[in-house]
Amino acid sequence: MTEERAFLKGNEALAYGALRTGLNAYFAYPITPSSEIPETLAAEWGRPEYPAFKVFLQAASELEAISMVIGAAATGAKAMTATSGPGFSLKQEGLSYAAGMELPMLVVDVNRAGPGLGNLGPEQTDYFQATRGGGHGGYPTVVLAPASVPEMASFPALGFDLAFRYRTPVVLLADAFLGQLKEDLSFPDVPAPTYDVSWAATGARGDERHVLSSLNLELMDQSRHSHHLLDKRLRIAEQEPRAEEVDTDDAEVVLVAYGICARLARRAVRLLRSRSVRAGLFRPITLAPFPARRLRGLLEAGRRKFLVVELNAGQMVEDVRLAVEGGAEVRSVGEMGGLLPSSLDLVRAGEAMAR
Amino acid sequence: MTAAAEVYAPTLGALSALTGKATHYCAGCEHGTLTRLIAKAIDELGIRERTVMVSSVGCSVLAHEYLNVDAVQAPHGRAPAVMAGIKRVRPDLVTFAVQGDGDAVSIGLLELLNAANRGEPITVFLVNNAIYGMTGGQMAPTTPSGMVTTTTPAGRDPVATGPPIDATKLVASFERPAYVKRVFLPIRPTPAARVYNARGALEGARSVRHAFEVQERGGFAFVEFVSTCSVNWKLGILDAKRYAAEALEPLFPAGLVRDRFGVEGR
Repeated sequence: MTEERAFLKGNEALAYGALRTGLNAYFAYPITPSSEIPETLAAEWGRPEYPAFKVFLQAASELEAISMVIGAAATGAKAMTATSGPGFSLKQEGLSYAAGMELPMLVVDVNRAGPGLGNLGPEQTDYFQATRGGGHGGYPTVVLAPASVPEMASFPALGFDLAFRYRTPVVLLADAFLGQLKEDLSFPDVPAPTYDVSWAATGARGDERHVLSSLNLELMDQSRHSHHLLDKRLRIAEQEPRAEEVDTDDAEVVLVAYGICARLARRAVRLLRSRSVRAGLFRPITLAPFPARRLRGLLEAGRRKFLVVELNAGQMVEDVRLAVEGGAEVRSVGEMGGLLPSSLDLVRAGEAMAR
Repeated sequence: MTAAAEVYAPTLGALSALTGKATHYCAGCEHGTLTRLIAKAIDELGIRERTVMVSSVGCSVLAHEYLNVDAVQAPHGRAPAVMAGIKRVRPDLVTFAVQGDGDAVSIGLLELLNAANRGEPITVFLVNNAIYGMTGGQMAPTTPSGMVTTTTPAGRDPVATGPPIDATKLVASFERPAYVKRVFLPIRPTPAARVYNARGALEGARSVRHAFEVQERGGFAFVEFVSTCSVNWKLGILDAKRYAAEALEPLFPAGLVRDRFGVEGR
């Protein structure tokens, strides 16, 4: 598709990013603050610009929507659904089955606040649910964390690429702020990639059948399958962790943050440096696999203080602690309830740590 | 190979839509009958190479081991949604699911009814044996009032748990389904003790074929097969057939409820 500039909300940008990377099918269940994604796709469905986009369908529930994604993905289609916290809980059933059957798909969670219904403000409280495989049975997920509207637009392509290359569901974990934030962006002129889908269930030719099932009644069969999934998880952890670093070379305090918090932390790093605190930013782009080795590299290069900024009671901080294995001081700062920490909050926390 | 397997293997292998693997279904269970009827219809219609079955959760969870077609596993109750996903993306494919009463009428009622309301061109075969078979004999949404199950040891009390649900009636309450039918599948022991009437299986064979034909013409097809579960009903096989005729048939009467395309008349 041709290069194009636009000024869009994060949710809209994500929808267009998915369309431009050849989205075939979207199955919707509306929930604030993610509803602009299905609304944008519903409006674009049938337009000649996106000939690959064959199916838009509003389901009767989140469970129905993710199950429809399973059906479409099983035929090798690029299929996607989006939701927010309460709906993401319901998606976990389908994600577990999809992981067991090794189906590529993209599931977007625009994280809102609080357990239960909470509110519509931004939080990062779904971190554990997304990164640990929130459904039953223990399975790997790949979780991507955009931090800007341009990344909301470009990450669907990255997500589908990982999904199809590894045959795995991919979660794109945004938050209410990123979904609603409006920014300038440019869509690159990149063709929609195609992938090998010879495994797909589209009819048996002769003796060659494609049975996509997560059922292994023989214990040895299940053990083999679980080890196969583990091997895949290790391969992804080896090859695919992504992170961005800002001013970490000489940093005495490294702020660790993703998504909307990475933007706040970036500003805090500048402010801290203007106040003679050598601060840096480590921003995980893949939350799963967590870029632990790279963070560990910072420790080995002499960085000894990490300040984790997140919109929850401390979730990613556990991955940071695991990465440094007690070799560094790790503190946590953040906000909850839909509020953001102020730059001053982060500067104070950084200064206190540097002392 | 046992003597029985030698007798049955050539017959089973004769259908290209059967893998030939012996089923795990209990003796006397209509799931085995239906597996054969589905394979027969797939062969007759020549659709094996573009059929994708959706495996539901329950006794039919292993049906893809016996039916020689491509298959996708659905989460419990979600088979109609998975079929909708397949069919919307690939309308050229044929898709069906064999769902039990627990799968389709309890945990998956939303998926069944919404697929029916949208008129998805898919085929649902419901095996209604009035009990949860795979999990060992608990109350199903179709369990008759008074029936003893492991979770209704004093008999199902309709005041506490509601009366049995008529899935065929529910599906037919929507405008879009094109083919809705209920078939009494078990053989009928007659008073002359050694004579059995297998009319249900013959009717079943026709209905399965019609249900696929309706899907090919773009319609939602639903066939409920009233069946037995002698093991969990704790009855002998023939007593279970008798019980089905006495207790289930009046509750779930067989009959063609809708045939929009007139496939039955041709």
